[in-house]
Amino acid sequence: MKLSNVLIPLVAIIIALVIGAFIIIAMGLNPVLAYGSLLKGAFGSVYGITSTLSKATPLIFTGLSFALAKKSGLLNIGAEGQIYLGGLCSVLVGVYIQGVPMIIHIPLAIFAGFVGGGLWGLLAGWLKVQFGSSEIITTVMLNYTAMFLVAYMVNGPIMDGTLPQSKMLLPSATFPNMIQGTQLHLGFALSIFVAIICYFFLWHTRKGYEARVVGLNPEAATYAGINRKQITYLVMFLAGGLGGLAGTSEILGIQHRLYQSFSPGYGYDGIAVALLGLNNPFGTILAAILFGALRAGGDMMQMVAKVPLALINVIQALVIIFVAAEYLFRRFSRANLRRIKRQEGAVKHESA
Amino acid sequence: MSLPSIINTLASFLNTDIQTAVPIMLAATGMIFSEKAGLVNIGIEGVMILGAFTGVAASFFLGSAWLGLLIVIIIGGLLGLLFVFLVETARSDQVVVGMAFNLLGLGLTTIFNRAIFGLNTAPPKIDSFHPWHIPVLADIPYVGVAFFQHSSLTYLAFAVIPVVSFIVFKTNIGLKLRAVGEHPRAADTVGIKVVKVRYIAGMVSCMFGAVGGAYLSMSQLNFFTENMTAGRGFIALAAVIFGKYSPLGVMGAALLFGAGNAASYIIQATDSHIPGNLVLMIPYVLTIAALAGLVGKSVGPAASGKPYIKE
Repeated sequence: MKLSNVLIPLVAIIIALVIGAFIIIAMGLNPVLAYGSLLKGAFGSVYGITSTLSKATPLIFTGLSFALAKKSGLLNIGAEGQIYLGGLCSVLVGVYIQGVPMIIHIPLAIFAGFVGGGLWGLLAGWLKVQFGSSEIITTVMLNYTAMFLVAYMVNGPIMDGTLPQSKMLLPSATFPNMIQGTQLHLGFALSIFVAIICYFFLWHTRKGYEARVVGLNPEAATYAGINRKQITYLVMFLAGGLGGLAGTSEILGIQHRLYQSFSPGYGYDGIAVALLGLNNPFGTILAAILFGALRAGGDMMQMVAKVPLALINVIQALVIIFVAAEYLFRRFSRANLRRIKRQEGAVKHESA
Repeated sequence: MSLPSIINTLASFLNTDIQTAVPIMLAATGMIFSEKAGLVNIGIEGVMILGAFTGVAASFFLGSAWLGLLIVIIIGGLLGLLFVFLVETARSDQVVVGMAFNLLGLGLTTIFNRAIFGLNTAPPKIDSFHPWHIPVLADIPYVGVAFFQHSSLTYLAFAVIPVVSFIVFKTNIGLKLRAVGEHPRAADTVGIKVVKVRYIAGMVSCMFGAVGGAYLSMSQLNFFTENMTAGRGFIALAAVIFGKYSPLGVMGAALLFGAGNAASYIIQATDSHIPGNLVLMIPYVLTIAALAGLVGKSVGPAASGKPYIKE
């Protein structure tokens, strides 16, 4: 891995935090107190660390979802909808399948969430292969479709009495906590495990290799006899499944029942996480922990320094913009000028 | 239900439909420019919320809704400039930048709203776009309520439709726009400045998006609330596709989607057994169907989503 690959995200984070500090000053508040309490809230205690990790968990899944699709040249903007489908399917299993022991019930609920999200992703893949519809647009539309589907379910078929929510999960389908008295649940361990599987899939299996070839150069992939349709189906199913697992872990680990808007945009945050993590499974984990820390520490920052939590959104947006604009960083560093010319030549060959 | 009361309900339904449709229609009309030029801006949601807040704040400080609107247009233009700078000049991914815009819009408006107007206080009194009763026409029974008692901004939004239609389909500018979106290299060969066209298209698009947002806070309501756009930028994207990238189509799509919304309000209010959430789902399902060609195929520009790199 090249140094500049690691340097750009770091520089982006620092610049974003500095701009954030200016915004805090402009509001007449104290940036040192704000960032201090943010850091303390995120890492200052066992509770802080565990809440950082638990907030990172759904982001690891959605980040992996985007990264996996991106590696094979697909843009999955649909993790948000896949979360809802995953959550819905897990709840159906976790509430309505009764009398099974935990050792079977939990894997079953996880499997249901994965398949539910996976089919939702596969739908976008099918629309792309069959009708040439851009997955960017279909996944966005499917997000809202899924949100309203869940809203309908918890207000109708699976409503809990008169409240717009599902019934409580059975104890046998609830994630046990990893550390007592904290929010850290089994979902975090699952997310790390899944990240390792993603890495293994992409770099140590034949299909993963084919997926990466399609992502790097679709024409060459066709020429090499790779079945691109099959790869699109497979990758969209897997990416959707990863999105679904974000919903599963959030429901089984934190919420314990289905609400109509239980995801505050984890699917969209996943895009930023993957980008910051350079679409690499382990980079994604690190980036998700950073964003989890911002969320966990943000609460403390709001409480102690009176800085609105919304500042976290701004910092995230700035990080994304700076990382995405890496071309400018490279362009303005003279030492790299020659190498860029060579790279542009290569890019042209690819796009030609 | 008696006939007059049905007509009465229908008239107020149409009134609500139009008010719900206009913000979507404005943003979608603007997106025709950017989409045709090959830009996919899923950040219009963020532009809209920034427009909604800017309108209220500017009208509050300047004391005039029209001056407020002018500031909204300027801010929209600047956002467009930033968007195209990032995706063309800095060659960032359009989807990623769009996502960042949404986060930025939500974050900045919340922060500024609390900093300027405070938390948990009554919304400030601002000059907004009031319903304007068109003389004579507004007094026609039922029809008047439905069509002729809207704010000036509403009429303006509809007046813009034929103008945009003319520009996009009948003028040289429209031809350039489409050339840049379909085949930038060919456009470049015949002397069209691809990047410049995209800059202008992106700026115009965000101006419309910002005004669409301002419509929410200055005409539908007369105050700003956090996250008040609530996904309308994405519905606008759906309207562009469902309306097949034409202004008239976009208007039809926006009115149809607005009707769905208006219907879901009525359903919720009347405690009927039709699930409102399924009604709200319809625009998105229709758009997917349009993308798949089930209700007449909607095809986007060929060079969509990629920066233009000169040879």
